[in-house]
Amino acid sequence: MTDVPFEQQAAPATPHRLDLRTSTSRLRRSFHPGLWISWGVIGIVAAFAVVPWLFTGHDPVDGSPLERRQAPSLVHWLGTDELGRDLFARIVYGAVNTLSGAVVAVAVGLVVGTLLGVVAGSSGRRIDDAVMRLVDVLLAVPALLLSLSIIILLGFGTVNAAIAVGVASVASFARLARAEVVRVRRSDYVEAAFGSGGRFFAVLWRHVLPNSLNAVLALAALQFGSAILQISTLGFLGYGAPPPTPEWGLLIAEGRNYISTAWWLTTFPGLFVVAAVLSANRISLSLRGRSA
Amino acid sequence: MSAPVDVSPPPLLSIEDLVVSYATAAGRTRVVHGVSLDIRAGEVVALVGESGSGKTTIGQSVIGLLPENGRIDSGTVRLNGTPISDWSQDRLDGLRGARISLVPQDPGNSLNPVRTIGAQVGEIFRIHGYRDRAEIDRRVLELLTRVGLSDPELRARQYPHELSGGMRQRVLIAIAVALKPDLIIADEPTSALDVTVQRRILDLIDDLRAETGTAVLLVTHDLGIAADRADRVVVLQHGRIQEQGAARDVLARPTQPYTRQLLADAPSLARAAQRRPRPASTPGEPAIVVEDLTVDFSVTGDRRGTFRALDRIGFSVAAGTTHALVGESGSGKTTASRTVVGFQSPTSGRVQVAGADVASLRGEALRQWRRTIQLVYQNPFASLDPRQSIRAIVEEPLLNFAPVPAADRRRRAETLLERVGLPGATFGRPPAALSGGQRQRVAIARALVLDPAILVLDEAVSALDVTVQAQILALLDELQRERGLTYLFVSHDLAVVRQIADTVSVLQQGRIVESGPVQDVFLHPLTAYTRDLIDAVPGRRLQAAE
Repeated sequence: MTDVPFEQQAAPATPHRLDLRTSTSRLRRSFHPGLWISWGVIGIVAAFAVVPWLFTGHDPVDGSPLERRQAPSLVHWLGTDELGRDLFARIVYGAVNTLSGAVVAVAVGLVVGTLLGVVAGSSGRRIDDAVMRLVDVLLAVPALLLSLSIIILLGFGTVNAAIAVGVASVASFARLARAEVVRVRRSDYVEAAFGSGGRFFAVLWRHVLPNSLNAVLALAALQFGSAILQISTLGFLGYGAPPPTPEWGLLIAEGRNYISTAWWLTTFPGLFVVAAVLSANRISLSLRGRSA
Repeated sequence: MSAPVDVSPPPLLSIEDLVVSYATAAGRTRVVHGVSLDIRAGEVVALVGESGSGKTTIGQSVIGLLPENGRIDSGTVRLNGTPISDWSQDRLDGLRGARISLVPQDPGNSLNPVRTIGAQVGEIFRIHGYRDRAEIDRRVLELLTRVGLSDPELRARQYPHELSGGMRQRVLIAIAVALKPDLIIADEPTSALDVTVQRRILDLIDDLRAETGTAVLLVTHDLGIAADRADRVVVLQHGRIQEQGAARDVLARPTQPYTRQLLADAPSLARAAQRRPRPASTPGEPAIVVEDLTVDFSVTGDRRGTFRALDRIGFSVAAGTTHALVGESGSGKTTASRTVVGFQSPTSGRVQVAGADVASLRGEALRQWRRTIQLVYQNPFASLDPRQSIRAIVEEPLLNFAPVPAADRRRRAETLLERVGLPGATFGRPPAALSGGQRQRVAIARALVLDPAILVLDEAVSALDVTVQAQILALLDELQRERGLTYLFVSHDLAVVRQIADTVSVLQQGRIVESGPVQDVFLHPLTAYTRDLIDAVPGRRLQAAE
């Protein structure tokens, strides 16, 4: 047994490297800067929505025509638009429209979707098939097209746009909720609960729901991000809040006309949308990690 | 341990003063405290201990496969005198599979589900530099034949899910022996398999060893297996070596109390007869009567095809006694127990439990009947809701029937939890904070809280290691005496059955091939199948030593 090379016998550096690796991985486990920043971004945006006057002294709707299309400066941090309105004020005051829209959209998707999924997952084959085929049809239609059709049925407006976005996400909530319910329902502890005399709804409430909702909540956080994006899209296309409401998507749409001369009008609202969406995604990831 | 290395060649593997710790939320926890042991070429060394004793950790440290939060704090591992414990993963890659190989514990998830068996066995050759495809294919078939798989050409094209647990373990062994390594680390290679398959797998490892002179580090919790297969035994407790020496000496003259304890706990056929047989408490109606029971399952993908899981079986259990159903996996014993508790409806035949015909029960009548019979599952990790506290789990059955005041419910649950031997501090915790044995105690408490007359135990102790298993069996025995319970005990382990059962039915492919009092069946088995099952029980040498 001499074919084991001998020269590498002295390799005292390796344990150190190991040390470093394990200690940094422990650090990473306890401290996630990305996650902290994400919560920070969502917190600030939420504060924009609740107490916008604390962040800016400018009025979001009334502008002074003399100051139109000014580049970012100390007075107007993010510049002004074509009517001389302060862009930062419009973003701050617009947060409430975008956020409440996203909340409504997620709520619609979460409640309706989870309900459908739980019903499908816990009842017999026929109901399951009926519900899930309906969900397949919803999934087959592109989300934006579905939202647009719903808005045309319901009429334009912030709330209607939110509902439209929510309905478009029902299918993914329903599919996930059903899969989780089916998984939990096959587990030994659910059978044991029936075996000890549990009634159907009691078992559903005590065991199936609490154990299947974690993944659904993670999806809700993810959906929050994409709802912001979709509401902005609808606003951009003119299906959401009517002007002069400061809604993020609408801000980008209005700024687009001046993109060659006033880059800040599209860039900054766009950055806010990106930051909020990425933060929601990161938070969703952490929720999912915890449930796994 | 500290063998002088002056004249003799260095041992094949030598572990010196090994200390291993894991990073946990509460800082670093040491699990191995200065373990030293040697393995000589061609030798079988058994590393024996209960779960948590650090035996798997030692096996993993040898080949640098500790989990990410694990670390070797000090000590050296030498292969033929060369220290390898500080080698990088890249350098160890050249060693793993070629010089030292591993047979993992769970054949169920140790193979890649989306690649064929042939591809996975061939991979070991490709990793170690073989390039000629035809040559690799030829070697793969040779190996599959070598480990005793029938029709190797078919097997090579199949996927892991198409193979049984025993066959998968053979594939893993094929991979481990492919390059004729000097040492095989077999980490509980058979604890997921039933006894007859277990014996065949261990025989296979023995044969391969005899053929190539490979040394084996056999990690096991079962002293019976260690006694049968090992030249030397190392007994481990809490990460420290309690005792090591030639298998013969350690088993015949254990010097440490812990070794004696392990010996006493090992279920073995020799000392089984100490249990006082339970007389039927009431001479009248038997608690369970099964007559002509047949259960068919429809086979998916084939409209007419059905699979007959049980074929006209019949047995009866007198109240207050224990009846065991034994057989290999796939013999229908679990189907039988599930039919008895009403989770599976019979195709034909009669199942009568506590005077009621189970198949005819519906709705509310079925729910009320469930109070009389409770099932304890094999896997205590899956049968407790991870989100409930221990106390809530045991209280829950009481919520399903006539309302019991909250204080009273709590008191009953806690009394029972104390009765099954759980410390009060655990009552508010979730199941994840408990060990496997403790969880199984919780499951037993939950089954008993409704005061049932019958308990069906489906492999209830098979997932536990011997020490815990012995404790749970003792608890079941006491509970039966106190409460006059009737047990239907499903198991593949005949040594355990002999300890706890009064009567037994042996199942083979859905038929009862033999039944009667335990003593008769064990001492005078009528069929070859039963004899095979009895012979497969590990611990022959243990008996001889007594």
